[in-house]
Amino acid sequence: MSNLPFDPLLVSIAAPLALALLIALGLPKRWSVMLSYLAFAIPLLLGLHTWWHFSAVPQNQGYAFLTQYETGLGGLGIGLKLGLNGISMPLFAMAGIVGFAAGLYAIQSGAERLKIYLMLLLIMQGGLMGVFASVDVFFLYFFHELALIPTFIMVGVWGGRDRSYAAMKMTIYLTAGAMISLVGLIALYVQSGANSFDLIELKRHLAAQPLAVSVQQNIFGLLLLGFGVLVSLWPFHTWAPLGYGAAPSSNAMLHAGVLKKFGLYGLIQVALPLLPEGMGHWAHPLAWLAVVGNILVVGLITIAQRDLKQMIGYSSVMHMGYAFLGLAAASVLGIGGVVLMMVAHGLSVALMFLLATSVHHRTQTFAMDEMGGLAAKAPVLAAFFVAATFASIGLPGFANFWGELTIFVALWKFSPLITVLAIAGVIISAVYGLRAVASVFFGPASQRMNEVAQAHPPTDLRWAERVPALILLVALLFVGLWPKSLSDPINGALAPKTQTAAR
Amino acid sequence: MNLETVKLAAENNLWSAIVPELMLGCIALLLLVLEMVLPKKHRVAIADVATAGVFGTLLGVVLNWNVGLNGVETFNGLILHSESGQLMRVFFLLSALMVCLLGRVALARQAMPKVEFYHIVLVVTAAMMLLAQSNHFLMLFVALETLTIGLYILVGYFRTSTASLEASLKYLVMGALSSGLLLFGIVLLYGVGGNAALSAHTANSMHYGELGHFLAANPHNFLASLGVVLVLSGVAFKIGAFPFQIWVPDVYQGAPTPVTAFLAVASKAAGFAVLIGLCGPGGVFAAYNWLTTPVLTVIAAATIIFGNIAALTQHNVKRMIGLSGVSHAGFLLLGVVAAPVAPLALGAIYFYLFAYLLASFSVFGVMVHVAGPDDSDQELDHYAGLAKDSPFLATVLAVGLGSLAGIPPLAGFMGKLLIFIAAYQSGARWLLLIAAAGVVVSIYYYFGWIKAAFFESWAARPEAAGTRPARTPVGAVTGVALGALALASVVLGFYQGPIGAWFTR
Repeated sequence: MSNLPFDPLLVSIAAPLALALLIALGLPKRWSVMLSYLAFAIPLLLGLHTWWHFSAVPQNQGYAFLTQYETGLGGLGIGLKLGLNGISMPLFAMAGIVGFAAGLYAIQSGAERLKIYLMLLLIMQGGLMGVFASVDVFFLYFFHELALIPTFIMVGVWGGRDRSYAAMKMTIYLTAGAMISLVGLIALYVQSGANSFDLIELKRHLAAQPLAVSVQQNIFGLLLLGFGVLVSLWPFHTWAPLGYGAAPSSNAMLHAGVLKKFGLYGLIQVALPLLPEGMGHWAHPLAWLAVVGNILVVGLITIAQRDLKQMIGYSSVMHMGYAFLGLAAASVLGIGGVVLMMVAHGLSVALMFLLATSVHHRTQTFAMDEMGGLAAKAPVLAAFFVAATFASIGLPGFANFWGELTIFVALWKFSPLITVLAIAGVIISAVYGLRAVASVFFGPASQRMNEVAQAHPPTDLRWAERVPALILLVALLFVGLWPKSLSDPINGALAPKTQTAAR
Repeated sequence: MNLETVKLAAENNLWSAIVPELMLGCIALLLLVLEMVLPKKHRVAIADVATAGVFGTLLGVVLNWNVGLNGVETFNGLILHSESGQLMRVFFLLSALMVCLLGRVALARQAMPKVEFYHIVLVVTAAMMLLAQSNHFLMLFVALETLTIGLYILVGYFRTSTASLEASLKYLVMGALSSGLLLFGIVLLYGVGGNAALSAHTANSMHYGELGHFLAANPHNFLASLGVVLVLSGVAFKIGAFPFQIWVPDVYQGAPTPVTAFLAVASKAAGFAVLIGLCGPGGVFAAYNWLTTPVLTVIAAATIIFGNIAALTQHNVKRMIGLSGVSHAGFLLLGVVAAPVAPLALGAIYFYLFAYLLASFSVFGVMVHVAGPDDSDQELDHYAGLAKDSPFLATVLAVGLGSLAGIPPLAGFMGKLLIFIAAYQSGARWLLLIAAAGVVVSIYYYFGWIKAAFFESWAARPEAAGTRPARTPVGAVTGVALGALALASVVLGFYQGPIGAWFTR
């Protein structure tokens, strides 16, 4: 076990939730803000701790830091079982990093009713840490829903344009996706006959008595559809750009960066190992949906966007297409690439949303036509934005590069045609990414930009904004330059026997 | 009937076993006496006496949890004592306690005699408690009529309000029809069970055990099938299931809000207690599962679809919660359909009922505080600004609605999950898919209500504040009760502990 005197996973879930409870009970604002630093730092530090010690910690049934707590439903095989394997550890650490950045950004944002805003964000953070720390499928779902609720409220109350409509649309889409996946999980639970939601137990049981192929295919289809809606699989993606366009920045960072990965995570951690016959049946329809819908159609739509935040929202839908392609390839290489990409995309899209909001503070608009020439007034902001754009296009040196590269390599074996189409998508993302950089930061300032600049002369990125942005950027570069720190644990979890795979 | 028979019958009477019901009856009478003897200015204390009496009875039942009598029949087989009967006693007493508390708030706004309200609530509660333990169609019918007649009066209690009177009349007409159906079904079963030409015929064919034995010996008798379907129709009216749900929105809207809560929670649960006794595992109609399961499956599907779709367009919150209650009856029916096959189902139904009680009374508790003098006029718009003016009420409302919608981490989600697992185990997969779709649809109207209370508030239109009725400030006792309900909804969602272990044995 780790050398900590407490269970790092439970504490990283409980610390934000405990502070949220204190705030709900009427903690004064000053204390709420002070303690929020601590409550966001604890998951970050524990996330980094588990990352650092992961290879050294002894593993129990494939999981490190394994512990179990009874919650009263032991008769149904439901218990709060926490642990990290090579797939969940990178995401757990990423959730800690993005959560800390989002928390810092929220504290400095000076949002109205900051206490309640922080409270909701803390509930979200607690839920997110729980999602990736749970070994019990029931709690995996439970924590996801716990993290989802604050999203609806935050979009509805603190959101921008169309917030009411966006909140309603998100709620209905995401509930639909969650209900479909719940039915799929219940089907898996009952059909397996293991009388347990515990992943380890389910795996052992299904390895001994696999389900019939047709049953596996049907349940996999349900899970794919349900989780797919949650990850904005085309054509169920329309909630995402709308919701992210309206969501307040910290919420968009946590939702687009971390929470949305739940669907992919569920497919990788639950559906693929437990229903091994399922993916083959659905791989081709899934790959075509992803490449034509998510990558090409949504990619072209992204190019047409004139609203910066909506554009980032669409681009995140597009990047999910690559993740689905990696899943469709269903090899150790492909899935390893997906996990790496999930981490990279979580960091980079959070950084993009953060910077977009900082741009908005200086231009008073998200419309890219009404900006221009910001680089001269805010060079640090411009530098961050360019770096984030390069990361999200997938240039070498950033984490995203390794994720996309491994996915393409894996995909070539699956279907060269789809691979070629997918690579064409990279060009699309370069087009919209660079166009955004050009129209926001370079070129002549627009008429309206000049008026805004006269009323409120734009300042460069303040330190309170720089620190969270820097944390995300450093993490992106760290993984980009040393991907082995994540790919080794991932490979260990995906192919425990073989030592050579994704690098 | 000679003296010897009467003596034999009396020997089987175990009055100590129904002390809680007797206590409620005595307190109800005491209230009437107090009304006569107390000077006028002290009569406000009557509500306190009623509330304290219900609370005392509840404590008594919980502290003297009587397991010794489980499985024993008393009163010559009229009553069967069981663990589920004890559980439902607690359920009805909790409901009555909340109805008394809500009644104090709602009645304070009306110029109206108050004592009869509490009197009838107590009598109806005692009837429900007996109904849940009945083991004989005679007992069932008498208890059911006692509670239904009490509810006719309660629904029309605001006698100066035309909406309340109209609701009462509608409830009376529909209730009389359903009682007729039920009685016709009972008579058919009684007649066919006593037919000496059939095997296992019995002289006592209204007794559950005897009738169940007879039905098991004649599993495809036409007259008995007709009786079974008619009895189910009568019960379907009680729980507001399709196609007997048509009275629900009007009656729920017109009835005083505490009575609406009573109808929505306790009366519905009483119907389910009866239904489990009839169609559950080892129930009277167990041999007719070939008939009851398809009938209930169709009813459940139609109830879920109707309740959710009809609730979508409502702007009056009382109608909305009534129709959402119809869909909850559908979810519970899903559990009843699964009950003969899936061992989890019974615990799931009881857990769902308790989660539903906690959530519903949270919502109704907020409703009585938001409502104005015209009790039937409770629009969504009246909730604008609630989060700003009264964060406590808004939080209780959000927890209650979230739990009704089945959002984790609230108790309502656990109830739905358990029911869904049981439904899948029983193989009712299409019904499960319909229920899952129903949950998604229900999000729209529950969310709309939360939206009305939260989202608009911080940009509240000042002109709207003038048109909505003045809100009642929250009293100390009611506040504690509502806080406890909301807290219980949250805690039961996170940590079920020994309660969860008990329900999922």
